[in-house]
Amino acid sequence: MSIVFYLLAALTVAGGLAAMLLKNMVHCVLALTVAFAGLALLFLKLDAQFAGFAQILVYIGAVAILVVFAILLTRGSETPKDGVFSRSWLIGLVIAAAVFAVLGWAVLQSARVLPHETAIPVVTVKQIGAALVGRYVLPLEIVAVLLTAAMIGAVIVAMHENVGHEKEGSK
Amino acid sequence: MTPLTGYLLVAALLFSIGLAGALTRRNAILVLIGIELMLNAANLNLIAFWRYGPHPEALTGMMFAIFSIAVAAAEAAVGLGLVIQIHRHAHTTDLDQMNRMKG
Repeated sequence: MSIVFYLLAALTVAGGLAAMLLKNMVHCVLALTVAFAGLALLFLKLDAQFAGFAQILVYIGAVAILVVFAILLTRGSETPKDGVFSRSWLIGLVIAAAVFAVLGWAVLQSARVLPHETAIPVVTVKQIGAALVGRYVLPLEIVAVLLTAAMIGAVIVAMHENVGHEKEGSK
Repeated sequence: MTPLTGYLLVAALLFSIGLAGALTRRNAILVLIGIELMLNAANLNLIAFWRYGPHPEALTGMMFAIFSIAVAAAEAAVGLGLVIQIHRHAHTTDLDQMNRMKG
């Protein structure tokens, strides 16, 4: 385990924690971007260059911007007066802690039987492209259809339906 | 501790943070952010198993992570569209106040 891994892991976890704990939602998204960047760097550390750069493009470039737009459109940047956590926050925290305990216990118990290959895989983008249009062409087509359907669905869902109601539409 | 164990523990921690956020935050957008964090933690698991497992040249884990990123992007777009529509309808994104169906 290198020092780089610990630094990246600390950055990612700190970003995730800040995204879930901060009060101002715009600050939350900035912390989320830090967590996404830390994850992309972890992907690069794992020699998965393509996945790392796809992570940067998709998450930092698109999803974070989308979330910022949604927050500003819903006036979420104003901090609510009665706290940012729901009434049942204690139950949620206990469930999350229990899930982490089970996952951590499972990982630590199975540490001996987990695979541990030391050879660094050499994967070029050419190989990934060939696999995408070769063995994985059916999932690729399905994802293409899914993205088109999601885009059309998101536009339809977010579109103004009550154009006739002046009172509703003006708000 | 082997490297794979370290990555799996980081992913488990990130997943739990996302789950805690999704279960405790009041704002619907923050709940979506928590779900995104959980999806990302799963991606980290996939990439870590691809790197340290046998036959990385088969690209299975890598492909799974790439498709997972694409599906997560679609999920974020539809989810945020729904939140915007709910805000337009109910004038709030506070999940504790969204306790009625049929508007």
